Amino acid sequence: MGYPHKPHPKETVVLSQHFGDVEARTHKGWVKRGGYEALAQALKLEPAAVTDVVKESGLRGRGGAGFPTGLKWSFMPKEKKRPHYLCVNADESEPGTFKDREIMRWTPHALLEGTAIAAHAIRAEVAYIYIRGEFTEPWTIIERALAEANAAGVFGTIKVYLHRGAGAYICGEETALMNSIEGKRGNPRIKPPFPAAAGLFGMPTTINNVETLAAVPHILTRGAAWYKGLCLSNPKSTGTKLFSVCGNVQRPGNYEVTMGFPLKDLLYDMCGGPPAGRTLKACIPGGSSVPILTREETEACLLDYEGVVEKGSMLGSGGVIVFDDSADMVYQIMRLARFYAHESCAQCTQCREGTAWTTKIMERILAGQGKTKDLDLLLDLSENMTGKTICVLSDSCAAPVVSGIKKFRGEFEAYLAGKRPVPVMVS
Amino acid sequence: MTQSVSHGEDYQPVFDGKIMDELQTVLQRYPTKQAALLPTLWIAQREHGWISDRIMAEVAEVLGLTPAYVKGVVTFYTMYHQHPVGKNFVQVCTTSPCNICGAEAVMKALLEQTGAQDAGATSADGKWTIVEVECLGACGFATPVLVNDDFLESVTPEKVPEIVKKYR
Repeated sequence: MGYPHKPHPKETVVLSQHFGDVEARTHKGWVKRGGYEALAQALKLEPAAVTDVVKESGLRGRGGAGFPTGLKWSFMPKEKKRPHYLCVNADESEPGTFKDREIMRWTPHALLEGTAIAAHAIRAEVAYIYIRGEFTEPWTIIERALAEANAAGVFGTIKVYLHRGAGAYICGEETALMNSIEGKRGNPRIKPPFPAAAGLFGMPTTINNVETLAAVPHILTRGAAWYKGLCLSNPKSTGTKLFSVCGNVQRPGNYEVTMGFPLKDLLYDMCGGPPAGRTLKACIPGGSSVPILTREETEACLLDYEGVVEKGSMLGSGGVIVFDDSADMVYQIMRLARFYAHESCAQCTQCREGTAWTTKIMERILAGQGKTKDLDLLLDLSENMTGKTICVLSDSCAAPVVSGIKKFRGEFEAYLAGKRPVPVMVS
Repeated sequence: MTQSVSHGEDYQPVFDGKIMDELQTVLQRYPTKQAALLPTLWIAQREHGWISDRIMAEVAEVLGLTPAYVKGVVTFYTMYHQHPVGKNFVQVCTTSPCNICGAEAVMKALLEQTGAQDAGATSADGKWTIVEVECLGACGFATPVLVNDDFLESVTPEKVPEIVKKYR
C-alpha cells in the first residue's frame, strides 16, 4: 500500500512514523520533528560509548544476515592508523523486499542522521551511500536531503557521498559493493580478511543496511532499554522491523511491527489475506533467498530471527512473498532460479554452472520434458551449491529449490507425469 | 580533453569543457581515479545515450585505465547500454512477485502497443526499447516499470495505453 496511509492499529510505528509526510523530507521539517538531536547527542559521546548504546539495544542488521550492529562496529580498529570508511548498503534488490526504498523516499534525513552517527562511532571520515541504479526517485530525494544537510553543516568533518549502482543484484553483497565503489566488477571477495580489517580501498570499513542505520537515531534519543523492550518473543530479537509484503495479498505494502509478531496476523489482519476466493498456499518470509514455508508453517510462524528459523526458514530482509492456491510453485521456483542464474557474478563454478543448470532442468520439467530422476538431480545439484562458494548467491538459489521440492513435490511430480498441476495461472 | 589519442577523426569527446569540470568534482569524492569509473560511465551514457567502444576508450583515457578494463566493467552491469536504445528505454520487472501479479501481461501489452515487438529490440520509429529486468525493488507495487528515469508503480495492462500516449 502506498503512502500516506493510516498505520494499522497492530503496527508499532517507529521508522515509518513520518512515511507519507512530505515535509519530513526537508531538513527544516526533519529538525522540527526532532531530527538531528540524536546526532548532536552522539557527537558529545566518545565513539565507543555510542557503540555501547547500540550494542545494548540488541539491534541486529536488517539487510538479511541479522548480525549484531554494535558488535560489528566494535570490530573496527581501536587505534586509528589509517582512514576508516562507512558503506551504506542501499542496493536493495532482494526479490520481495522494498523497505529501504520507502525509508529513503520518505525519511532521507533518518538515513543521513544514522549514517553520520555510525561514521562517528567507527571513526570514519567518509561514508558512501551505495544506491542501486534503478532507484531514480530515492536517489533524487536523498541527493536533495544531503545537499540541505551539508548546507546546514550537520555532518561536521564527516563527508557523505552517494554512489550509484548500475544494475547488479550481487552488489548488495558487502564485499561486491566495495568493489563496485572502487570502480571494479561487482565480484564478492574471499573472507577473511573481513571488512573491519581490510574493506573499501583496503582500509578498515563497516557496512550497514539502510533500515539498520535509520533505527540508530531512535535508539540514541529513546534509549537502549526502550529499544530492547520492543520484543514479543525472543530477547535475542529486539526492536521493530519493516516487513514488505507482496504477491497474492489484498493489501501489499510495508508494515512495521515489533519483533516476534505473528506472520499470520501480518498476512490476514494487515494485508487482508489472499484475494477473495483464494487460499494461502505458501510464503517466502525473508526475501527470495530463504526457504519457502507451507501454509501451516506460515500460520504458526513468529517474525523474529529465531522464530522464522524454528519454522525452517530465515527472517532475511523481511521481504514476504505470498502465494495463493492459484500459484504454480514449479513455475515460480523456476522464475527464482532464473533470477539467480541472471545475477550470478560467475566467478565460482558451483554458482555459475549450478544456477544455470538448475534453471535449465526446471524449464525442462515445465515444458513436460522432465525425467523422473530430475528431482534427485536438482537436490544433488543444490547440495553442491550450498556452502561451497565465496558468497551465498548460490546457496540462495538452492534454498527455494530444495524447500520447494520437499514441500510441493506433488506439483513437480504432476509435471513429470505430463500433467499441469495447477490449471489456473493468475493472469 | 587531450586530442592526442585517436578515437577517429569524427569523434567528439564527451569529456570536454563543462563535462570535464563535472568529472573533476566526481573525482574529488574518491581516493583513486579508478573508483570514479561507474559515475563517469553514467555521465557518458547521459551525454551520449549509450556506451560505445570509442566512449570506453575515452573513459579509459581520462581515468588512466585500459579500454579492456573499462569494457570488463561495462559488461558486468546491466544498466550501461552497449548498443543504442530507443528514445524511451522501458524496464519491466518480471521477477516472481511481479510475475504472480501479472507482469507478463504488462510486458506483452507494452511490446504490442509500442511496436517494439520483441524484448530488447527497438521499435521501427526508434522511440521504444522494452526490456524485461529482474527485481526493481518495488514488489508491493506490482508491476513497477521504469520509463527512462521515471519510476512507475502498479502498472497493469489497462494502464499501458496511457503510458504509451504520454511518452510517445
